Amino acid sequence: MEYLLLQVLNGVQLGLLMFLLAAGLTLTLGIMDLVNLAHGSLYMMGAYIAWTLIGVTDSFVLGTLLALAATFLLGVAVEIAVIRRLYTRDHLTQVLATFGLILFFNELVRALWGPAGKSIAIPGFLNRTVEILPGVPYPAYRFAIIVVGAVVAILLAWLVARTRLGMLIRAGASNRRMIGALGVNIELLFSLVFGLGAVFAGLAGLMAAPIATVRIGMGDDILILALVIIVIGGIGSIKGAFIAAMVVGQIDIVGRAFLPDILKTFMSSSAASSAAPAISQVLVYVLMAAVLVWRPTGLFGQRT
Amino acid sequence: MKNKLFGSATIAAAMAFGLPAMAQSPVKIGFVSTFSGPQAAIGEDMRRSVELAKEHLGGKMGGKPFEIIYEDDQFKPDVGKARSEKLVQQDKVNFIGGYIWSNVLLASYKTVVDEGDTILVSANAGPSQIAGELCNKNFFSTSWQNDQTPMAMGEYLNTKGVKSLYLVGPNYAAGKDMLAGVKRTYKGKIVSEDFTKWPDQLDFSAEMTKIAAAKPDGIFIFYPGAHGVQFVKQWAQSGLNKTVPLYQVFSIDAITLPQQGDLALGTLGAQEWVNDLPNEANKKYVEDFKKKHGVYPSYYGAQSYDAIMLMASAAEALKGDLSNKDKVRAEMKKANFKSVRGDFKFGNNNFPIENFYIQETVKDPQGMMTVKTIATAVKDAVDPFAAKCPMK
Repeated sequence: MEYLLLQVLNGVQLGLLMFLLAAGLTLTLGIMDLVNLAHGSLYMMGAYIAWTLIGVTDSFVLGTLLALAATFLLGVAVEIAVIRRLYTRDHLTQVLATFGLILFFNELVRALWGPAGKSIAIPGFLNRTVEILPGVPYPAYRFAIIVVGAVVAILLAWLVARTRLGMLIRAGASNRRMIGALGVNIELLFSLVFGLGAVFAGLAGLMAAPIATVRIGMGDDILILALVIIVIGGIGSIKGAFIAAMVVGQIDIVGRAFLPDILKTFMSSSAASSAAPAISQVLVYVLMAAVLVWRPTGLFGQRT
Repeated sequence: MKNKLFGSATIAAAMAFGLPAMAQSPVKIGFVSTFSGPQAAIGEDMRRSVELAKEHLGGKMGGKPFEIIYEDDQFKPDVGKARSEKLVQQDKVNFIGGYIWSNVLLASYKTVVDEGDTILVSANAGPSQIAGELCNKNFFSTSWQNDQTPMAMGEYLNTKGVKSLYLVGPNYAAGKDMLAGVKRTYKGKIVSEDFTKWPDQLDFSAEMTKIAAAKPDGIFIFYPGAHGVQFVKQWAQSGLNKTVPLYQVFSIDAITLPQQGDLALGTLGAQEWVNDLPNEANKKYVEDFKKKHGVYPSYYGAQSYDAIMLMASAAEALKGDLSNKDKVRAEMKKANFKSVRGDFKFGNNNFPIENFYIQETVKDPQGMMTVKTIATAVKDAVDPFAAKCPMK
C-alpha cells in the first residue's frame, strides 16, 4: 500500500514537471498558432541560467527567482527577434526556424558553458527525506517539486479563468482573428504569452536540474513527450494539458514499476525485464493514438 | 612570360612540398567517438588521451608522421556507421579507433572489418557478439568484453559476503551484457533485474522506490556517463545511500565524479585500469594528463591511449610500412607495447587477457574526487565468449 502511494507520488511529480513544460507549449500553439520546437531549449536555458545565478548569488532560492526573471526576458527577446516573423508563415517554416533555434541554443550553451554537464546541488533545507506518512520517507526535494508544481498549476488556472489576461488568452485560443479585430494589442499579448511559456519551461528545467543534470540537449528528449501531452489534452487547453500530463506521468511510472512484475506472470523473467521498458516506452503513444481516434481534437480541444 | 613564371613557381612548390609528402605518406588513423550531446565529455576525454599519445610518440609512428581524423557518432548507431564508412572508403585510413557504445560499434563493425584494408581497434565497447561468433582478424580491443568487468565485480561481492543484489541497467546491448556478466559469477540471491529505457530515461524515482521496498543487501548498476551521474545523485537523494550500498561498473569515474561529488564517496567498482596502477607507462600518462588538463583521465582515455600505442607498436616493428596487412595484424597480436594497465596478451578473439581491479571512490590529498585500487578481483581473465570465436 505504501509502495503504491510512493509510486503514485513519483508519477504525480513527473506529471507536474511535464505539465509546466506542456503548459507553455499549448499556449503558444493554441493562441499563436505557432509550432515551437525550441520550447525545449528554453527549458535547457532556464537550467543553465539558474546554475550560473545560483553560483553567483550563492543562494538557491534567490538564484532560482532571478533565473525565472531572466528566462522571461530571454523568451520575450526570442519572440521579438525571431518568433514574431513566423506568425504569418506556414507550419513547415515554423518547424524549420524553431529547429534552427534548437541548434543555435545547443551550440550557444556549448560555447558559454562547455560540453560537460553542470550539476546543481539540492539546497540544504531540502536535502533530506520527509515522512509523508509515519514511517514512509519520501525525498524532500521531489516533494517540493510536487508542491511548487501544484501551486503553479493553481495560479495558472486562476490566471486563465479569472483575469483579463486569461480572458484574452482563452479568446485567442478559440478565435485569434476575432480578438485582433476587436482591437486587442495582439503583438503585446503574444510577447507576454511567449514569455510566460518560457518562464514555465525554465521553471521545469531548473526544478528538474538537481535531480537530473544540466546538459546540452536536455530539453530535446522531453519536448517530444510534451508534444504528446498537448495533443492528448487538446491544443490550447491548459486543463487538457494538466490532465494529460498527470495521466502520462502515471502511465510512465506504472510501465516502470508494475509492468515487469505483471509480464513475469506469463513470460520468462529475463524476457519480461527487457520487454517491459520497450512496452512502457510505447504506451503513451498508444494512448495518444487512441485519444485521437476517439476525439481528433484531443480531450479538451476547442478547434475543429 | 607571366604564365611561364607561374608554371615554374608551381613546379617549384610541388617539388618543395608535394613530392616529399608523397614519398612519406602519413599513417592515417580514424577515431570515432561521441563529441556532441550529453555524452560529449567522454569523447573529449578520449580525444585528449589520443592527443597525449601523439605527443608522447613525437607525432610519428615507425618514422612516419601520422594524422588523426576525428568523427562524431552523435551517440547514434546510424551516424556512427555512416562516419565509419566515410573513414574507410573516402579517407582510406589505416586504422580506426574509438567507439564508446556497443550499439554504435555493432552497427559500424561490418563496414570496417569486411573491407579488409582497415584495422579496427575498439577503445571501449566490447559486445559479446564480436568476442564470439562475429570475431574478426581485423578487430582488436584495448578494453574488455562487456561481461568481464561485472564478472569481476560479482567475484568480489562473493568474497565480501553480499547476500542479495538488485540489478539495474539500461535496455541496450551493453546493458544486457553487463547484467548477464554479474550473474555469471555472483552466487548470492538476485532480488530483481530491471532494465530502463535507453537513452532517454534519466529519472529513476520508480526504480528507487522498488529498491527501497525490496530491501536488498546491495545494488549493482551499469550507467555510463551522464546516466551514472543521475543514478548516483538520485540514489543519495532517496536516502538509499544510508541503507543499501551501491556497487557499480562504468558509472562512477573521472568523467562523472566532478558532478557526483561527495555523494559517490566510498562506493566500490570494478575496472581493468585505475589511475594509480604502479607502472611507468601509467605514471607518465596520468601525470602528463593531469598537468595538461587539471583533471584525472578516465579508463575511456586510458584505453584510447593504449589503442594509439598499439597501432604505433605495429608501425614501429614494420618500420612504417603498413602495406602488408597480414604482417600488421601479426605485429598487433603481439601486444608489444607498454600498456598503461601493465602488460597483457591478446586471446584468440583479439580481446585482452588481463587483470581486473576493485576501486574505491576517495578524495585525493588536494581534495579532488578520484578512485583508488583496493584489491585485485581477478587475474589474467579470459572472456566467456572466446571459445565461440573460430579464430585460433
